[in-house]
Amino acid sequence: MNWPAIRAIYVFEIARTWRTIFQSVLSPIISTALYFVVFGSAIGSRISEVDGVSYGAFIVPGLIMLSLMTQSISNASFAIYFPKFIGTIYELLSAPVSYVEIVISYVGAAATKSVVLGLIILATASVFVPLRIEHPAWMLLFLVLTGITFSLFGFIIGIWADNFEKLTIIPLLIVTPLTFLGGTFYSLKMLPPIWQKITLVNPVVYLVSGFRWSFYSVADVNVYISLAMITGFLVACLAIVAWIFKTGYRLKS
Amino acid sequence: MNLPAIDIQGLEKTFDNGLRALDAVDLSIGRGEIFALLGPNGAGKTTLIKVICGLTEASAGDAWVAGHHFRREFRQARMRIGLVPQELTTDAFETVWATTRFSRGLFGRRRDPAHLEKVLKDLSLWDKRNSMLMTLSGGMKRRVMIAKALAHEPDILFLDEPTAGVDVELRRGMWQVINRLREQGVTIVLTTHYLEEAEQMADRVGVINNGQIMRVESTESLMQSLGQKRLTLELAAPLDAVPDTLEGYNLTLTDDGCALNYHYNHCEGAEAVQGLLRAVDSAGIRLHDVDTHESSLEEIFVSMVGGST
Ligand SMILES: Nc1ncnc2c1ncn2[C@@H]1O[C@H](COP(=O)(O)OP(=O)(O)OP(=O)(O)O)[C@@H](O)[C@H]1O
Ligand SMILES: [Mg+2]
Repeated sequence: MNWPAIRAIYVFEIARTWRTIFQSVLSPIISTALYFVVFGSAIGSRISEVDGVSYGAFIVPGLIMLSLMTQSISNASFAIYFPKFIGTIYELLSAPVSYVEIVISYVGAAATKSVVLGLIILATASVFVPLRIEHPAWMLLFLVLTGITFSLFGFIIGIWADNFEKLTIIPLLIVTPLTFLGGTFYSLKMLPPIWQKITLVNPVVYLVSGFRWSFYSVADVNVYISLAMITGFLVACLAIVAWIFKTGYRLKS
Repeated sequence: MNLPAIDIQGLEKTFDNGLRALDAVDLSIGRGEIFALLGPNGAGKTTLIKVICGLTEASAGDAWVAGHHFRREFRQARMRIGLVPQELTTDAFETVWATTRFSRGLFGRRRDPAHLEKVLKDLSLWDKRNSMLMTLSGGMKRRVMIAKALAHEPDILFLDEPTAGVDVELRRGMWQVINRLREQGVTIVLTTHYLEEAEQMADRVGVINNGQIMRVESTESLMQSLGQKRLTLELAAPLDAVPDTLEGYNLTLTDDGCALNYHYNHCEGAEAVQGLLRAVDSAGIRLHDVDTHESSLEEIFVSMVGGST
Protein backbone atom coordinates (compact mmCIF):
# COMPACT_ATOMS: atom_id res chain seq x y z
CA MET A 1 0.00 0.00 0.00
CA ASN A 2 1.21 3.46 -0.92
CA TRP A 3 0.10 5.12 2.31
CA PRO A 4 1.78 8.47 1.66
CA ALA A 5 -0.25 8.71 -1.55
CA ILE A 6 -3.50 7.86 0.20
CA ARG A 7 -2.72 10.46 2.80
CA ALA A 8 -1.78 13.06 0.18
CA ILE A 9 -5.06 12.65 -1.71
CA TYR A 10 -7.11 12.49 1.47
CA VAL A 11 -5.53 15.63 2.90
CA PHE A 12 -5.90 17.39 -0.46
CA GLU A 13 -9.59 16.58 -0.56
CA ILE A 14 -10.26 17.63 3.02
CA ALA A 15 -8.31 20.84 2.44
CA ARG A 16 -10.51 21.54 -0.56
CA THR A 17 -13.51 21.43 1.77
CA TRP A 18 -11.91 23.90 4.14
CA ARG A 19 -11.51 26.36 1.29
CA THR A 20 -15.20 26.10 0.57
CA ILE A 21 -16.31 25.64 4.12
CA PHE A 22 -19.39 27.80 3.68
CA GLN A 23 -20.83 25.88 0.75
CA SER A 24 -19.73 22.56 2.18
CA VAL A 25 -21.11 22.88 5.66
CA LEU A 26 -23.26 25.92 6.00
CA SER A 27 -25.60 25.26 3.10
CA PRO A 28 -26.65 21.75 4.18
CA ILE A 29 -27.18 23.05 7.71
CA ILE A 30 -29.32 25.91 6.48
CA SER A 31 -31.42 23.68 4.26
CA THR A 32 -31.92 21.22 7.10
CA ALA A 33 -32.96 24.03 9.40
CA LEU A 34 -35.44 25.15 6.73
CA TYR A 35 -36.91 21.64 6.57
CA PHE A 36 -37.41 21.82 10.31
CA VAL A 37 -39.16 25.13 10.13
CA VAL A 38 -41.34 24.25 7.16
CA PHE A 39 -42.12 20.59 7.77
CA GLY A 40 -41.59 20.44 11.48
CA SER A 41 -43.80 23.33 12.44
CA ALA A 42 -46.23 23.44 9.52
CA ILE A 43 -46.98 19.72 9.36
CA GLY A 44 -46.00 19.09 12.96
CA SER A 45 -48.83 21.32 14.10
CA ARG A 46 -51.24 18.90 12.35
CA ILE A 47 -49.48 15.66 13.23
CA SER A 48 -48.45 15.68 16.83
CA GLU A 49 -46.97 12.18 17.04
CA VAL A 50 -45.85 9.35 14.77
CA ASP A 51 -45.27 5.95 16.35
CA GLY A 52 -45.13 7.60 19.73
CA VAL A 53 -42.44 10.09 18.65
CA SER A 54 -43.07 13.80 18.25
CA TYR A 55 -43.17 14.71 14.55
CA GLY A 56 -40.22 17.10 14.80
CA ALA A 57 -38.06 14.38 16.33
CA PHE A 58 -39.46 11.76 13.94
CA ILE A 59 -38.13 13.50 10.82
CA VAL A 60 -34.59 14.05 12.17
CA PRO A 61 -33.11 10.66 11.11
CA GLY A 62 -34.65 11.02 7.66
CA LEU A 63 -33.26 14.53 7.24
CA ILE A 64 -29.79 13.37 8.25
CA MET A 65 -30.02 10.50 5.75
CA LEU A 66 -31.15 12.93 3.06
CA SER A 67 -28.09 15.14 3.59
CA LEU A 68 -25.78 12.18 3.99
CA MET A 69 -26.81 10.65 0.69
CA THR A 70 -26.89 13.81 -1.41
CA GLN A 71 -23.66 15.17 0.06
CA SER A 72 -21.80 11.88 -0.31
CA ILE A 73 -22.78 11.68 -3.95
CA SER A 74 -21.96 15.27 -4.78
CA ASN A 75 -18.67 15.29 -2.85
CA ALA A 76 -17.34 12.11 -4.39
CA SER A 77 -18.59 12.68 -7.91
CA PHE A 78 -17.15 16.17 -8.03
CA ALA A 79 -13.85 15.10 -6.47
CA ILE A 80 -13.07 12.69 -9.30
CA TYR A 81 -14.89 14.49 -12.11
CA PHE A 82 -13.09 17.79 -11.63
CA PRO A 83 -9.51 16.53 -12.16
CA LYS A 84 -10.76 14.78 -15.29
CA PHE A 85 -12.37 18.00 -16.43
CA ILE A 86 -9.37 20.29 -15.92
CA GLY A 87 -6.80 17.63 -16.82
CA THR A 88 -4.93 17.33 -13.54
CA ILE A 89 -5.89 13.66 -13.47
CA TYR A 90 -2.71 13.05 -15.49
CA GLU A 91 -0.76 13.16 -12.26
CA LEU A 92 -2.94 10.60 -10.54
CA LEU A 93 -2.76 8.23 -13.50
CA SER A 94 1.01 8.53 -13.80
CA ALA A 95 1.64 8.04 -10.09
CA PRO A 96 2.59 4.72 -8.49
CA VAL A 97 -0.91 4.45 -7.10
CA SER A 98 -3.17 1.45 -7.48
CA TYR A 99 -6.90 1.68 -8.11
CA VAL A 100 -7.62 0.40 -4.64
CA GLU A 101 -5.65 3.30 -3.23
CA ILE A 102 -7.44 5.81 -5.43
CA VAL A 103 -10.82 4.53 -4.25
CA ILE A 104 -9.82 4.42 -0.58
CA SER A 105 -8.56 7.97 -0.61
CA TYR A 106 -11.31 9.65 -2.65
CA VAL A 107 -14.21 7.69 -1.20
CA GLY A 108 -12.71 7.88 2.28
CA ALA A 109 -12.45 11.66 2.07
CA ALA A 110 -15.98 12.07 0.69
CA ALA A 111 -17.44 9.73 3.29
CA THR A 112 -15.57 11.48 6.09
CA LYS A 113 -16.99 14.81 5.04
CA SER A 114 -20.56 13.61 4.80
CA VAL A 115 -20.44 11.70 8.07
CA VAL A 116 -19.07 14.76 9.86
CA LEU A 117 -21.78 16.78 8.20
CA GLY A 118 -24.41 14.27 9.37
CA LEU A 119 -23.18 14.65 12.93
CA ILE A 120 -23.28 18.43 12.64
CA ILE A 121 -26.86 18.25 11.43
CA LEU A 122 -27.67 15.93 14.30
CA ALA A 123 -26.26 18.48 16.70
CA THR A 124 -28.19 21.27 14.97
CA ALA A 125 -31.40 19.25 15.20
CA SER A 126 -30.93 18.67 18.90
CA VAL A 127 -31.25 22.42 19.33
CA PHE A 128 -34.75 22.34 17.84
CA VAL A 129 -36.21 19.09 19.17
CA PRO A 130 -35.55 16.73 22.08
CA LEU A 131 -33.67 13.72 20.65
CA ARG A 132 -32.83 10.32 22.01
CA ILE A 133 -30.55 7.73 20.45
CA GLU A 134 -31.40 4.28 21.78
CA HIS A 135 -28.87 2.31 19.71
CA PRO A 136 -25.85 4.59 19.20
CA ALA A 137 -23.63 1.83 17.75
CA TRP A 138 -26.27 1.00 15.11
CA MET A 139 -26.69 4.70 14.47
CA LEU A 140 -22.98 5.12 13.73
CA LEU A 141 -22.91 1.93 11.67
CA PHE A 142 -25.72 3.14 9.42
CA LEU A 143 -24.14 6.57 9.20
CA VAL A 144 -20.75 5.24 8.13
CA LEU A 145 -22.08 2.52 5.82
CA THR A 146 -24.39 4.93 4.06
CA GLY A 147 -21.64 7.53 3.78
CA ILE A 148 -19.25 5.04 2.20
CA THR A 149 -21.83 3.45 -0.07
CA PHE A 150 -23.15 6.69 -1.49
CA SER A 151 -19.63 8.10 -1.83
CA LEU A 152 -18.80 5.03 -3.93
CA PHE A 153 -21.94 5.63 -5.92
CA GLY A 154 -20.92 9.27 -6.43
CA PHE A 155 -17.42 8.17 -7.44
CA ILE A 156 -18.95 5.97 -10.14
CA ILE A 157 -21.08 8.86 -11.39
CA GLY A 158 -18.03 11.13 -11.44
CA ILE A 159 -16.10 8.68 -13.58
CA TRP A 160 -19.01 7.99 -15.88
CA ALA A 161 -19.88 11.66 -16.40
CA ASP A 162 -18.18 13.43 -19.25
CA ASN A 163 -20.03 16.69 -18.82
CA PHE A 164 -21.58 18.69 -16.02
CA GLU A 165 -25.09 17.70 -17.00
CA LYS A 166 -24.44 14.02 -16.51
CA LEU A 167 -22.82 14.84 -13.21
CA THR A 168 -26.04 16.28 -11.82
CA ILE A 169 -28.68 14.31 -13.71
CA ILE A 170 -28.65 11.13 -11.61
CA PRO A 171 -28.81 12.88 -8.24
CA LEU A 172 -31.54 15.12 -9.61
CA LEU A 173 -33.68 12.55 -11.40
CA ILE A 174 -33.20 9.49 -9.23
CA VAL A 175 -31.71 10.15 -5.84
CA THR A 176 -33.70 13.20 -4.79
CA PRO A 177 -37.12 11.71 -5.69
CA LEU A 178 -36.25 8.42 -4.01
CA THR A 179 -35.18 10.13 -0.83
CA PHE A 180 -38.28 12.30 -0.70
CA LEU A 181 -40.47 9.26 -1.31
CA GLY A 182 -38.40 7.15 1.05
CA GLY A 183 -40.25 7.87 4.24
CA THR A 184 -38.13 10.80 5.35
CA PHE A 185 -41.16 12.86 6.32
CA TYR A 186 -43.70 10.16 7.05
CA SER A 187 -44.16 6.64 8.33
CA LEU A 188 -45.20 4.07 5.76
CA LYS A 189 -48.18 3.28 7.95
CA MET A 190 -49.57 6.67 7.02
CA LEU A 191 -49.81 5.61 3.35
CA PRO A 192 -52.73 3.78 1.69
CA PRO A 193 -52.11 -0.02 1.78
CA ILE A 194 -51.26 -0.29 -1.93
CA TRP A 195 -48.60 2.43 -1.66
CA GLN A 196 -47.16 0.75 1.40
CA LYS A 197 -46.32 -2.19 -0.89
CA ILE A 198 -45.07 -0.15 -3.85
CA THR A 199 -42.84 1.94 -1.65
CA LEU A 200 -40.89 -1.16 -0.67
CA VAL A 201 -39.08 -1.20 -4.03
CA ASN A 202 -37.42 2.07 -3.01
CA PRO A 203 -34.07 1.22 -1.40
CA VAL A 204 -33.99 4.49 0.50
CA VAL A 205 -36.98 3.31 2.57
CA TYR A 206 -34.79 0.65 4.16
CA LEU A 207 -32.02 3.08 5.00
CA VAL A 208 -34.28 5.66 6.57
CA SER A 209 -36.20 3.00 8.45
CA GLY A 210 -33.08 1.35 9.85
CA PHE A 211 -31.52 4.65 10.76
CA ARG A 212 -34.70 5.81 12.47
CA TRP A 213 -34.85 2.54 14.38
CA SER A 214 -31.39 3.28 15.84
CA PHE A 215 -32.90 6.43 17.35
CA TYR A 216 -36.36 5.43 18.54
CA SER A 217 -36.65 1.64 18.10
CA VAL A 218 -39.51 2.20 15.65
CA ALA A 219 -39.16 0.99 12.09
CA ASP A 220 -41.14 0.32 8.93
CA VAL A 221 -39.07 -2.77 8.13
CA ASN A 222 -36.90 -5.06 10.21
CA VAL A 223 -33.53 -3.49 11.01
CA TYR A 224 -31.62 -6.53 9.74
CA ILE A 225 -33.30 -6.19 6.37
CA SER A 226 -32.18 -2.56 6.37
CA LEU A 227 -28.63 -3.65 7.13
CA ALA A 228 -28.75 -6.28 4.39
CA MET A 229 -30.00 -3.71 1.88
CA ILE A 230 -27.27 -1.18 2.56
CA THR A 231 -24.63 -3.91 2.54
CA GLY A 232 -25.97 -5.24 -0.75
CA PHE A 233 -25.83 -1.78 -2.28
CA LEU A 234 -22.28 -1.34 -1.00
CA VAL A 235 -21.18 -4.61 -2.60
CA ALA A 236 -22.87 -3.68 -5.88
CA CYS A 237 -21.03 -0.34 -5.95
CA LEU A 238 -17.71 -2.04 -5.17
CA ALA A 239 -18.29 -4.49 -8.01
CA ILE A 240 -18.96 -1.66 -10.47
CA VAL A 241 -15.87 0.23 -9.31
CA ALA A 242 -13.77 -2.92 -9.70
CA TRP A 243 -15.09 -3.37 -13.23
CA ILE A 244 -14.37 0.27 -14.11
CA PHE A 245 -10.78 -0.01 -13.05
CA LYS A 246 -10.26 -3.38 -14.63
CA THR A 247 -11.30 -2.02 -18.00
CA GLY A 248 -9.84 1.47 -17.55
CA TYR A 249 -13.32 2.72 -18.45
CA ARG A 250 -13.39 6.46 -19.16
CA LEU A 251 -10.10 7.07 -17.39
CA LYS A 252 -7.66 5.97 -20.05
CA SER A 253 -7.86 6.22 -23.79
CA MET B 1 23.47 -1.72 -13.15
CA ASN B 2 23.88 -1.01 -16.83
CA LEU B 3 20.23 -1.31 -17.66
CA PRO B 4 18.95 1.40 -19.95
CA ALA B 5 16.74 4.06 -18.41
CA ILE B 6 14.02 3.28 -20.91
CA ASP B 7 13.75 0.20 -23.05
CA ILE B 8 10.84 -0.05 -25.45
CA GLN B 9 10.07 -3.10 -27.57
CA GLY B 10 7.39 -3.40 -30.19
CA LEU B 11 5.16 -0.80 -28.59
CA GLU B 12 1.93 -0.18 -30.48
CA LYS B 13 -1.09 1.96 -29.94
CA THR B 14 -4.22 1.90 -32.02
CA PHE B 15 -6.97 4.18 -30.80
CA ASP B 16 -10.62 3.15 -30.73
CA ASN B 17 -11.25 5.09 -33.92
CA GLY B 18 -8.70 2.88 -35.68
CA LEU B 19 -5.94 5.48 -35.77
CA ARG B 20 -2.54 3.89 -35.42
CA ALA B 21 -0.61 6.39 -33.32
CA LEU B 22 2.35 4.13 -32.49
CA ASP B 23 3.60 1.53 -34.89
CA ALA B 24 6.00 -1.08 -33.53
CA VAL B 25 8.25 1.32 -31.69
CA ASP B 26 11.62 0.02 -30.52
CA LEU B 27 13.77 2.41 -28.58
CA SER B 28 16.41 2.32 -25.93
CA ILE B 29 17.47 5.37 -23.94
CA GLY B 30 20.58 5.28 -21.79
CA ARG B 31 20.98 6.53 -18.25
CA GLY B 32 21.86 10.16 -17.89
CA GLU B 33 21.14 10.76 -21.54
CA ILE B 34 19.21 13.70 -22.91
CA PHE B 35 17.05 12.31 -25.63
CA ALA B 36 14.92 14.38 -27.98
CA LEU B 37 11.89 13.00 -29.75
CA LEU B 38 11.61 15.07 -32.87
CA GLY B 39 8.54 14.99 -35.03
CA PRO B 40 5.76 17.05 -36.59
CA ASN B 41 2.25 17.52 -35.16
CA GLY B 42 0.47 14.23 -34.71
CA ALA B 43 3.64 12.16 -35.05
CA GLY B 44 2.92 10.21 -31.87
CA LYS B 45 5.37 11.85 -29.47
CA THR B 46 2.80 12.54 -26.77
CA THR B 47 1.19 9.15 -27.25
CA LEU B 48 4.52 7.42 -26.73
CA ILE B 49 5.08 9.29 -23.47
CA LYS B 50 1.52 8.66 -22.30
CA VAL B 51 1.78 4.95 -22.92
CA ILE B 52 5.01 4.66 -20.95
CA CYS B 53 3.65 6.75 -18.06
CA GLY B 54 0.34 4.90 -17.82
CA LEU B 55 -2.04 7.57 -19.14
CA THR B 56 -2.92 5.51 -22.18
CA GLU B 57 -3.11 1.75 -22.53
CA ALA B 58 -0.71 0.19 -25.02
CA SER B 59 -2.30 -2.04 -27.66
CA ALA B 60 0.77 -4.26 -27.84
CA GLY B 61 4.42 -4.37 -26.85
CA ASP B 62 6.42 -3.78 -23.71
CA ALA B 63 8.46 -1.13 -22.02
CA TRP B 64 10.90 -1.27 -19.15
CA VAL B 65 11.81 1.67 -16.96
CA ALA B 66 15.16 1.11 -15.29
CA GLY B 67 14.52 -2.59 -15.68
CA HIS B 68 10.98 -2.51 -14.30
CA HIS B 69 8.17 -3.56 -16.58
CA PHE B 70 5.81 -0.61 -17.11
CA ARG B 71 2.66 -2.59 -16.28
CA ARG B 72 3.66 -5.55 -14.17
CA GLU B 73 5.93 -3.46 -11.93
CA PHE B 74 4.17 -0.17 -12.42
CA ARG B 75 5.00 1.09 -8.93
CA GLN B 76 8.76 0.75 -9.25
CA ALA B 77 8.62 1.98 -12.83
CA ARG B 78 6.55 5.06 -12.10
CA MET B 79 8.49 5.99 -8.97
CA ARG B 80 11.43 6.63 -11.30
CA ILE B 81 9.53 8.86 -13.67
CA GLY B 82 8.58 12.52 -13.52
CA LEU B 83 6.15 13.70 -16.17
CA VAL B 84 5.56 17.22 -17.46
CA PRO B 85 2.70 16.95 -19.93
CA GLN B 86 2.23 19.08 -22.99
CA GLU B 87 -0.83 20.95 -21.76
CA LEU B 88 -0.73 23.32 -18.82
CA THR B 89 -3.05 21.85 -16.25
CA THR B 90 -2.95 23.01 -12.67
CA ASP B 91 -5.39 23.42 -9.83
CA ALA B 92 -6.41 27.04 -9.61
CA PHE B 93 -6.69 27.47 -5.87
CA GLU B 94 -3.69 25.54 -4.62
CA THR B 95 -0.48 27.27 -3.67
CA VAL B 96 2.79 26.40 -5.35
CA TRP B 97 4.05 24.87 -2.14
CA ALA B 98 0.94 22.78 -1.47
CA THR B 99 0.75 21.39 -4.97
CA THR B 100 4.43 20.42 -4.99
CA ARG B 101 4.11 18.75 -1.62
CA PHE B 102 1.03 16.90 -2.86
CA SER B 103 2.98 15.54 -5.83
CA ARG B 104 5.71 14.23 -3.58
CA GLY B 105 3.20 12.43 -1.38
CA LEU B 106 1.34 11.02 -4.35
CA PHE B 107 4.50 9.30 -5.49
CA GLY B 108 4.89 7.67 -2.11
CA ARG B 109 7.71 9.79 -0.77
CA ARG B 110 7.97 11.01 2.78
CA ARG B 111 7.79 14.73 3.39
CA ASP B 112 11.04 16.52 2.73
CA PRO B 113 10.71 20.31 2.83
CA ALA B 114 14.44 20.74 2.16
CA HIS B 115 14.19 18.92 -1.15
CA LEU B 116 11.11 20.87 -2.20
CA GLU B 117 12.85 24.10 -1.29
CA LYS B 118 15.78 23.17 -3.49
CA VAL B 119 13.54 22.27 -6.42
CA LEU B 120 11.58 25.51 -6.15
CA LYS B 121 14.75 27.57 -5.88
CA ASP B 122 16.29 25.85 -8.88
CA LEU B 123 13.23 26.78 -10.89
CA SER B 124 13.12 30.34 -9.52
CA LEU B 125 9.77 29.68 -7.89
CA TRP B 126 10.76 30.06 -4.26
CA ASP B 127 9.41 33.61 -4.05
CA LYS B 128 6.11 32.37 -5.39
CA ARG B 129 5.73 29.43 -3.06
CA ASN B 130 2.73 30.90 -1.28
CA SER B 131 1.02 32.20 -4.40
CA MET B 132 -2.09 30.58 -5.72
CA LEU B 133 -1.52 28.88 -9.03
CA MET B 134 -4.15 30.90 -10.84
CA THR B 135 -2.19 34.07 -10.11
CA LEU B 136 0.87 32.81 -11.99
CA SER B 137 1.80 33.43 -15.61
CA GLY B 138 1.86 30.62 -18.13
CA GLY B 139 5.64 30.30 -18.03
CA MET B 140 5.58 30.12 -14.24
CA LYS B 141 2.87 27.47 -14.37
CA ARG B 142 5.01 25.40 -16.67
CA ARG B 143 7.85 25.64 -14.18
CA VAL B 144 5.45 24.64 -11.40
CA MET B 145 4.60 21.56 -13.42
CA ILE B 146 8.30 20.78 -13.68
CA ALA B 147 8.65 21.29 -9.93
CA LYS B 148 5.77 18.88 -9.35
CA ALA B 149 7.42 16.35 -11.63
CA LEU B 150 10.71 16.67 -9.75
CA ALA B 151 9.20 16.64 -6.27
CA HIS B 152 9.63 12.90 -5.81
CA GLU B 153 13.26 12.87 -6.98
CA PRO B 154 12.74 10.91 -10.20
CA ASP B 155 15.74 9.85 -12.23
CA ILE B 156 13.92 10.03 -15.53
CA LEU B 157 12.09 13.15 -16.61
CA PHE B 158 9.68 13.37 -19.52
CA LEU B 159 9.25 16.88 -20.84
CA ASP B 160 6.56 17.08 -23.48
CA GLU B 161 7.36 20.25 -25.39
CA PRO B 162 9.01 22.11 -22.55
CA THR B 163 9.46 25.29 -24.53
CA ALA B 164 6.08 25.56 -26.22
CA GLY B 165 4.56 28.95 -25.54
CA VAL B 166 7.59 30.12 -23.65
CA ASP B 167 9.40 33.35 -24.51
CA VAL B 168 13.02 33.47 -25.61
CA GLU B 169 14.40 34.36 -22.22
CA LEU B 170 12.47 31.65 -20.48
CA ARG B 171 13.44 29.18 -23.16
CA ARG B 172 17.07 29.81 -22.26
CA GLY B 173 16.14 29.40 -18.62
CA MET B 174 14.56 26.08 -19.49
CA TRP B 175 17.73 24.94 -21.22
CA GLN B 176 19.67 25.88 -18.11
CA VAL B 177 17.31 23.88 -15.94
CA ILE B 178 17.74 20.90 -18.22
CA ASN B 179 21.51 21.23 -18.12
CA ARG B 180 21.48 21.33 -14.35
CA LEU B 181 19.38 18.20 -14.25
CA ARG B 182 21.79 16.53 -16.63
CA GLU B 183 24.62 17.32 -14.23
CA GLN B 184 22.63 15.62 -11.48
CA GLY B 185 22.46 12.53 -13.67
CA VAL B 186 18.77 12.74 -14.52
CA THR B 187 17.77 11.09 -17.78
CA ILE B 188 15.67 13.48 -19.82
CA VAL B 189 13.33 12.68 -22.65
CA LEU B 190 11.91 15.73 -24.34
CA THR B 191 9.80 16.29 -27.39
CA THR B 192 10.14 19.11 -29.83
CA HIS B 193 9.20 20.28 -33.28
CA TYR B 194 12.41 22.15 -33.75
CA LEU B 195 15.63 20.74 -35.05
CA GLU B 196 17.42 23.67 -33.47
CA GLU B 197 16.09 22.85 -30.05
CA ALA B 198 17.04 19.21 -30.37
CA GLU B 199 20.50 20.34 -31.43
CA GLN B 200 20.82 22.70 -28.46
CA MET B 201 19.85 20.24 -25.79
CA ALA B 202 19.97 16.63 -26.81
CA ASP B 203 22.72 14.03 -26.90
CA ARG B 204 20.68 11.85 -29.19
CA VAL B 205 17.65 12.41 -31.32
CA GLY B 206 14.89 10.04 -32.31
CA VAL B 207 12.97 11.15 -35.35
CA ILE B 208 9.36 10.05 -35.25
CA ASN B 209 6.67 10.38 -37.89
CA ASN B 210 3.31 8.66 -38.30
CA GLY B 211 3.95 6.63 -35.19
CA GLN B 212 7.20 5.18 -36.46
CA ILE B 213 10.68 5.87 -35.22
CA MET B 214 12.45 6.65 -38.46
CA ARG B 215 15.97 7.00 -37.19
CA VAL B 216 17.82 7.37 -33.93
CA GLU B 217 21.26 8.88 -33.91
CA SER B 218 23.55 11.23 -32.13
CA THR B 219 22.61 14.85 -32.50
CA GLU B 220 25.86 15.58 -34.31
CA SER B 221 25.45 13.02 -37.02
CA LEU B 222 21.81 13.93 -37.47
CA MET B 223 22.75 17.56 -37.98
CA GLN B 224 25.44 16.52 -40.45
CA SER B 225 22.99 14.75 -42.64
CA LEU B 226 19.85 16.81 -42.15
CA GLY B 227 20.81 20.29 -41.14
CA GLN B 228 20.78 21.80 -44.61
CA LYS B 229 20.77 25.55 -44.82
CA ARG B 230 20.41 27.92 -47.71
CA LEU B 231 21.82 31.39 -47.88
CA THR B 232 20.23 33.64 -50.45
CA LEU B 233 22.18 36.66 -51.61
CA GLU B 234 19.93 39.15 -53.29
CA LEU B 235 21.94 41.13 -55.75
CA ALA B 236 21.89 44.86 -56.29
CA ALA B 237 22.30 44.24 -60.03
CA PRO B 238 21.39 41.05 -61.93
CA LEU B 239 24.14 38.75 -63.16
CA ASP B 240 24.29 36.65 -66.29
CA ALA B 241 26.31 33.86 -64.74
CA VAL B 242 28.07 32.93 -61.52
CA PRO B 243 31.47 34.71 -61.59
CA ASP B 244 34.51 32.43 -62.02
CA THR B 245 36.06 33.60 -58.76
CA LEU B 246 33.12 32.09 -56.88
CA GLU B 247 33.28 28.78 -58.71
CA GLY B 248 34.43 26.82 -55.67
CA TYR B 249 31.34 27.67 -53.64
CA ASN B 250 28.84 25.70 -55.62
CA LEU B 251 26.48 28.62 -56.02
CA THR B 252 23.36 28.63 -58.13
CA LEU B 253 22.00 31.67 -59.84
CA THR B 254 18.23 32.13 -59.90
CA ASP B 255 16.57 32.27 -63.31
CA ASP B 256 16.11 36.01 -63.24
CA GLY B 257 19.73 36.45 -62.22
CA CYS B 258 18.78 38.55 -59.22
CA ALA B 259 19.92 36.21 -56.47
CA LEU B 260 22.60 33.67 -55.67
CA ASN B 261 21.75 30.60 -53.59
CA TYR B 262 24.35 28.95 -51.44
CA HIS B 263 23.67 25.55 -49.89
CA TYR B 264 25.71 24.56 -46.90
CA ASN B 265 25.55 22.28 -43.94
CA HIS B 266 24.49 23.31 -40.47
CA CYS B 267 27.79 22.06 -39.07
CA GLU B 268 29.99 24.05 -41.43
CA GLY B 269 28.34 27.08 -39.94
CA ALA B 270 29.73 30.55 -39.72
CA GLU B 271 33.16 30.04 -41.29
CA ALA B 272 31.86 28.88 -44.63
CA VAL B 273 29.44 31.78 -44.78
CA GLN B 274 32.08 34.32 -43.85
CA GLY B 275 34.43 32.97 -46.46
CA LEU B 276 31.74 33.23 -49.08
CA LEU B 277 30.81 36.80 -48.14
CA ARG B 278 34.46 37.87 -48.36
CA ALA B 279 34.77 36.25 -51.76
CA VAL B 280 31.56 37.94 -52.94
CA ASP B 281 32.88 41.27 -51.72
CA SER B 282 36.23 40.92 -53.45
CA ALA B 283 34.47 39.87 -56.66
CA GLY B 284 32.91 43.32 -56.54
CA ILE B 285 29.34 42.07 -56.30
CA ARG B 286 27.03 44.42 -54.44
CA LEU B 287 24.31 42.92 -52.30
CA HIS B 288 20.81 44.17 -51.86
CA ASP B 289 19.84 41.85 -49.03
CA VAL B 290 20.60 38.45 -47.54
CA ASP B 291 18.29 35.76 -46.32
CA THR B 292 18.84 32.36 -44.76
CA HIS B 293 16.55 29.41 -44.81
CA GLU B 294 16.77 26.30 -42.71
CA SER B 295 15.22 23.07 -43.84
CA SER B 296 12.02 22.66 -41.89
CA LEU B 297 11.03 19.42 -40.29
CA GLU B 298 8.54 18.82 -43.04
CA GLU B 299 11.24 19.12 -45.70
CA ILE B 300 13.41 16.82 -43.67
CA PHE B 301 10.71 14.20 -43.45
CA VAL B 302 10.04 14.46 -47.13
CA SER B 303 13.71 13.91 -47.86
CA MET B 304 13.82 11.00 -45.44
CA VAL B 305 10.88 9.07 -46.81
CA GLY B 306 12.23 9.16 -50.32
CA GLY B 307 12.12 12.76 -51.26
CA SER B 308 9.79 12.66 -54.26
CA THR B 309 7.48 15.61 -53.95
N1 LIG C 1 -7.53 9.95 -27.50
C1 LIG C 1 -7.28 9.87 -28.82
N2 LIG C 1 -8.16 9.27 -29.64
C2 LIG C 1 -7.93 9.18 -30.95
N3 LIG C 1 -6.83 9.64 -31.56
C3 LIG C 1 -5.90 10.24 -30.80
C4 LIG C 1 -6.06 10.38 -29.39
N4 LIG C 1 -4.99 11.02 -28.89
C5 LIG C 1 -4.19 11.27 -29.94
N5 LIG C 1 -4.72 10.80 -31.09
C6 LIG C 1 -4.11 10.85 -32.43
O1 LIG C 1 -2.86 10.19 -32.39
C7 LIG C 1 -1.91 10.81 -33.22
C8 LIG C 1 -0.68 11.13 -32.43
O2 LIG C 1 -0.98 12.15 -31.50
P1 LIG C 1 0.10 12.72 -30.49
O3 LIG C 1 -0.60 13.59 -29.52
O4 LIG C 1 0.89 11.59 -29.94
O5 LIG C 1 1.02 13.58 -31.46
P2 LIG C 1 2.26 14.49 -31.09
O6 LIG C 1 3.42 13.94 -31.83
O7 LIG C 1 2.39 14.65 -29.64
O8 LIG C 1 1.82 15.86 -31.78
P3 LIG C 1 2.04 17.36 -31.28
O9 LIG C 1 3.39 17.74 -31.75
O10 LIG C 1 0.98 18.10 -32.01
O11 LIG C 1 1.89 17.40 -29.82
C9 LIG C 1 -2.61 12.04 -33.78
O12 LIG C 1 -3.03 11.73 -35.08
C10 LIG C 1 -3.79 12.25 -32.89
O13 LIG C 1 -4.85 12.81 -33.59
MG1 LIG D 1 2.25 16.17 -28.35
